[in-house]
Amino acid sequence: MTSMLPPALQRHRGLIVLAAVIAVLPLALRNDYHYDVVINAGLNAIVVVGLNLLIGYAGQISLGHAAFFGLGAYASAILTTTYGWPALGAMAAGIAVVGILAYVIARPILRLKGHYLAMATLGIGVIISIVLNTEAQVTGGPDGMSAAPFTVLGYTFASEQSWYWLVGGALLLTVWLSTNLIDSPIGRALRALHGAEIGARVVGIDTTRYKVLIFVISAMFASFAGSLFAHHTPTVTPSILGFIKSVEFVVMAVFGGMASVMGSVVGAVIMTLLPNALAAFEDFEPIILGGIMMGTMIFMPKGLVPTIAKLLRRKETP
Amino acid sequence: MSLLKVTNLTKSFGGVSAIRDLSFTIEAGTIHSIIGPNGAGKTTLFNLITGVYTPSSGSVRFNDREVGGVEPHKLAELGMNRTFQNLQIFHNMSAVENVMVGAHLHLQKGLLHSMLRLPSLARSERETREQCWELMDFVGLAQYRHTEASAMSYGALKRLEIARALAAKPKLLLLDEPAAGLNDTETREVDEVIKRIAAQGITVVLVEHDMKMVMGISDHILVLDYGAKLAEGTPAQIRSNPDVIAAYLGTVG
Amino acid sequence: MIESMIQFILAGLTSGAIYALVGLGFSIIYNASHVINFAQGEFIVIGGMSTVALMAAGVPLPLAIVLATLVTMLVGMALAKFAIQPAKDADVVALIIITIGASIFLRGVVQLVFGKDIHSLPAFSGETPLNLMGATLMPQSLWVMGISSALIVVIAWFFNATLAGKAMLATAYNALAARLMGVDTKWVLLSAFALSALLGAVGGIVVTPITFVSYESGIMLGLKGFSAAVLGGLGNGVGAVAGGLILGIVEALSAGYLSSAYKDAIAFIIILVVLVFRPNGLFGKKGIDRV
Repeated sequence: MTSMLPPALQRHRGLIVLAAVIAVLPLALRNDYHYDVVINAGLNAIVVVGLNLLIGYAGQISLGHAAFFGLGAYASAILTTTYGWPALGAMAAGIAVVGILAYVIARPILRLKGHYLAMATLGIGVIISIVLNTEAQVTGGPDGMSAAPFTVLGYTFASEQSWYWLVGGALLLTVWLSTNLIDSPIGRALRALHGAEIGARVVGIDTTRYKVLIFVISAMFASFAGSLFAHHTPTVTPSILGFIKSVEFVVMAVFGGMASVMGSVVGAVIMTLLPNALAAFEDFEPIILGGIMMGTMIFMPKGLVPTIAKLLRRKETP
Repeated sequence: MSLLKVTNLTKSFGGVSAIRDLSFTIEAGTIHSIIGPNGAGKTTLFNLITGVYTPSSGSVRFNDREVGGVEPHKLAELGMNRTFQNLQIFHNMSAVENVMVGAHLHLQKGLLHSMLRLPSLARSERETREQCWELMDFVGLAQYRHTEASAMSYGALKRLEIARALAAKPKLLLLDEPAAGLNDTETREVDEVIKRIAAQGITVVLVEHDMKMVMGISDHILVLDYGAKLAEGTPAQIRSNPDVIAAYLGTVG
Repeated sequence: MIESMIQFILAGLTSGAIYALVGLGFSIIYNASHVINFAQGEFIVIGGMSTVALMAAGVPLPLAIVLATLVTMLVGMALAKFAIQPAKDADVVALIIITIGASIFLRGVVQLVFGKDIHSLPAFSGETPLNLMGATLMPQSLWVMGISSALIVVIAWFFNATLAGKAMLATAYNALAARLMGVDTKWVLLSAFALSALLGAVGGIVVTPITFVSYESGIMLGLKGFSAAVLGGLGNGVGAVAGGLILGIVEALSAGYLSSAYKDAIAFIIILVVLVFRPNGLFGKKGIDRV
């Protein structure tokens, strides 16, 4: 059915659905609180789409990605508040710095595999969060700091509605870029190195270089989202960059569906909405979160969206 | 000048020599087979030539260029490619995408081009897909044009790996037991494919146990035993070599 | 001058003993199943918290310790049976997420059952500081070091001298061969988790009088214990113990002489340095990849 569409629409069918949802959703949002939750879900989704390129498609892992998110946030906060930089400039600087840092880290670390890689990324994430927590003069320490309002070309994004459209647009851009990347020689090289690394190397793919590339790209997406987050949230605190937050991002990717861009979005949205929906059950939150993590990997290892897609496909063919 | 020249090649693991002081050459445009009993070192030799292992001593020269210990992805750039006994297929992609990965070195692959899907990249993708479908036809996999790799049989996947290696436009193609695990019909098909590949001017080196195929297809045979050269020559010479018969062939059928 | 250095080293040995126990637990589980048990730190918390609760209910300390240890061992075995075993063929990322999920789950349970407060236990033999070469030492620290050493010796004996222990080691080297020889690998997995839980629980109980315990204590301890195991060479029990002690001492010395704010970062810097330059740790062997 859907395979009759022209290739471009076929590739981006998820994007189209997402755009439609984003366009229509405000009808269901009643107050600023709703908007706030949805905006945060969107920002998480940007991070997770990038992270999934690394985990789901390239088959690596990062337990420290919240650090890149946090660095982007702090870059925006510090540069706009303490040094008076324009918002976009601070965001670009954050992305550049994070990109360079990720590049420097990536080469030695991506030689590692499995558990060792996981622990190395965890170590980096924790060290960065400790530094940002401790250097209180620059970062405000545990109490954090704020970023200046987000002003672009004279227009200041102040209302929740305007932020909704901004983040929605940013998410669509992220999804579009990522989907294009996956269906390209670079994307195939990444999937190849996940599928059979030696097989990828013998056809000429420098697997280390590609792992580094996707690590840097995913870090830069996280920084981008972090910068937006800093301008939207009242205060940026170190809690956004710790190990727990990194794990949450990984869970979103895994639960939604590894190797699925739409899965990342779905995973981020569900896992962001869940604590808010379960506000009454706040005490049970870790139990539910931990249960979801274990349950997903045991019963639904491919994640929600691919598993559902597979079930639907099986129903189509008798 | 020979396409591949191996001189005094030795590889030891711990105290054990898997390959001992091996020397031979391979001329361009030939089909060259390497045979020998199990444990003779054939796969080790393959791995040494294709950069998976680094030689303990000795040299491997490809196109008059020292390549001992060079990384596999650089060897691909130089025009060498290989298939695997135990399959290194990308099960997470479709069949044609597997072949398209083979063409990787020749593709437009700028980062910005990819993320923005610029017209030049879109065109390159379309053309590559067509060419890779044709390669699949060439190795006899026409019916799998729109299939996922995970849905294909072992025999089909072995040929898919060959198509992938061909997509890289190699000068030298090494096939590691291409007929292993195949039935008679499939073996004959692989036989045909190898002949067609050689007819295009690509030099083929294979490791094989199937003697009928080896004798029928090879221009030149190298026999290994205990990591050293036992004999080399044409199929006729090898068939009648008493040392080879004693060590490996028994009575030849 | 010397006194303060001895002071730091003693503090380092005390915390190092706990890291050693946690690291040893990591190694045991890793050997039995190639799983990195991120929930290791929670065994410490469960051991400490259960003892506190039992004592609050009137149970005398020695009995409380035994019961709390047993409870923790049961939790460990449940973890093995219900979370690890069903996923034994899963890939590395999946296993990592399962054990992280388990640690979050257990932390949630502890939070529900025991609340969010910080708890403590009375020191086993009083609070009068001892004097050692000019430095002061709490008697509890001696308990920590003594009990840890005793446990480690018992574990070493178990693995080297008993049939059950050797069976577990055999499984670590070659699970299939061990199975063919009649070793029940499911039992090995359960035992490994039970043993690690025992180590964690005892470590937690014995250190609670010094560092107190709360539902969050497990995270950092688990990560630092992992750092110890990696430093010594993942899978190497002796290495994990050595790694723990080294980590404890390096931490204490840096906190004392350099900066106490970055004390927690030490463990992670060590992880990074080891993983980048010598992934097999101080005592591990270099592996060879066979294609």
